[in-house]
Amino acid sequence: MATEATLERTAQVQAAAPAAAPLLEVEKVTLQYKTKEHLVTATYRVSFEVFGADRFVLLGPSGCGKSTLLKGVAGFMSPVEGTMRLRGRVIDGPGPDRMMVFQEFDQLPPWKTVKQNVMFPLRVTGKYGRREAEERALAYLDKVNLTKFVDAHPHMLSGGMKQRVAIARAMAMEPTILLMDEPFASLDALTRRKMQEELLRLWDDIRFTVLFVTHSIEEAMIVGTRILVLSPHPGQVKAELNTHHYDHRTVGGAAFQTTQQRIHDMLFADRIEEEEAAGHG
Amino acid sequence: MAEARLGELGSDAGRRHAIEPPIREEFEVQVDDAGHIGDVARPLSTWEKIQNVTAIRRAAILVAIALIWQFYAAYLDNPLMLPTFWAMAKALVASFTADDLLLKAWVSISTLFKGYVIGIFIAMVLTSLAVSTRIGNDLLSTLTSMFNPLPAIALLPIAMLWFGLGEASLIFVLIHAVLWPLALNTHSGFMAVSETLRMAGRNYGLSGIRYVLHILIPAAFPSILAGLKIAWAFAWRTLIAAELVFGASSGSGGLGWYIFQNRNELLIDKVFAGLAMVIIIGLVIENVVFRWIEDRTVQKWGMQRQ
Repeated sequence: MATEATLERTAQVQAAAPAAAPLLEVEKVTLQYKTKEHLVTATYRVSFEVFGADRFVLLGPSGCGKSTLLKGVAGFMSPVEGTMRLRGRVIDGPGPDRMMVFQEFDQLPPWKTVKQNVMFPLRVTGKYGRREAEERALAYLDKVNLTKFVDAHPHMLSGGMKQRVAIARAMAMEPTILLMDEPFASLDALTRRKMQEELLRLWDDIRFTVLFVTHSIEEAMIVGTRILVLSPHPGQVKAELNTHHYDHRTVGGAAFQTTQQRIHDMLFADRIEEEEAAGHG
Repeated sequence: MAEARLGELGSDAGRRHAIEPPIREEFEVQVDDAGHIGDVARPLSTWEKIQNVTAIRRAAILVAIALIWQFYAAYLDNPLMLPTFWAMAKALVASFTADDLLLKAWVSISTLFKGYVIGIFIAMVLTSLAVSTRIGNDLLSTLTSMFNPLPAIALLPIAMLWFGLGEASLIFVLIHAVLWPLALNTHSGFMAVSETLRMAGRNYGLSGIRYVLHILIPAAFPSILAGLKIAWAFAWRTLIAAELVFGASSGSGGLGWYIFQNRNELLIDKVFAGLAMVIIIGLVIENVVFRWIEDRTVQKWGMQRQ
């Protein structure tokens, strides 16, 4: 009975979707985690909404709880306050409808080849049969230009290639929302730029929805259509900005630099105040 | 002098006189085609290739040991204390036909194998419990700290009391020998699995036994394999010792029993032949069986250097 009711509700939400129903609703979420000595409040009453085909960026300095927030959406942490809903359903635990791309290169099981790595979630969730999973895996590996390396093991790949495998793996699942936790932060600048371009090209192609965490203002503006700016200790919403009109070609432009400066000021205003206070005191 | 100069460099006065790098001409060059550079990649010589074969290097060590043994024993000239390598080899070959040494080895190995497999199974159950529940973790660490230091052979008298003078007693002590070192290694392997890999696994929606099978066991495989090797050695030495001390407890008698019998009859070359058989089996298991597993797993996955 309960499931029927939920199904109906979901159906209603989906029916309303074309208009303007958000895919992901985060409402006044407070996240805390314990260390050995402290109870750390990572985010405090953060709210935002992500719509279909958004490239939604969580931007902030270290300590603003952006990664923690992403882990909350992924279901690895539950909020002490507030709710997170995906397609109207409250998030309670990790699941393959929210595939995650991590920053670390060791996210790929080293005992599987590139192809097996992409196939594994497709198979293990029971979504696809062997042949279908293989076809999908190869198709997505082709999209990230790794066709030549399908039978290689992860330890033979460079960092950028590993991240591309992780992206292919996540996308092949066609998750409701793709979660990316500073996926390019461990890459060198040239590779990073290439990966950003590739991600945007893939988005043009498939129009997936992505929630992207970064601490780089430039990356946020290039990758994102909309940026949520968070302040640190604990993470609170500072602003939400539109950046869908920026990409690599506009990086040097005046408008880009103005926005970049605006975000920069937003993020570092606190610090200057603090320093001034310290200076006067 | 040097100190004074360093001090100067640190100060503002020193910085004003600091050395500036000379400004040089800029240039650009057309890069040569790699084709005529030549020796970018050179095939290895035959000698280098031979040196790269592990089996050959290790065989060379074995031959060296055999030679040293042979010459020292010949120099000692006391076959009752130390027969020559050659005498041992002849006794070994003769034993294959005369004393059914291979059959005796098989008796030992098959007993060992039963204990080994049951031990592995229990170790896997215990460690899976230990990673999924807190009480399981406490149970495992208490049990391993209690029983791991206890020599398996010390349990044999009790085992014989409980299970009689048969294979069952041997299997009991073998399980004891295998279980604790393997559980300890597997558990520390599980604990060392990176947080990212764990999250990736849970992200797929894996939990419980599927999570252990698909993520933890392969990710901890280097530690598990080390545990399997240690457990194998423990089991092997426990079995031989048990047979030596308690004789033919498993009916037909194994290698340990063979060594014991021949020592009683002062057939020392046969004692050495029995010991050599133990060593040969150990070498084969280590260098063929475990090596085969390593090549197909941790080496191929890049989790262990070549």
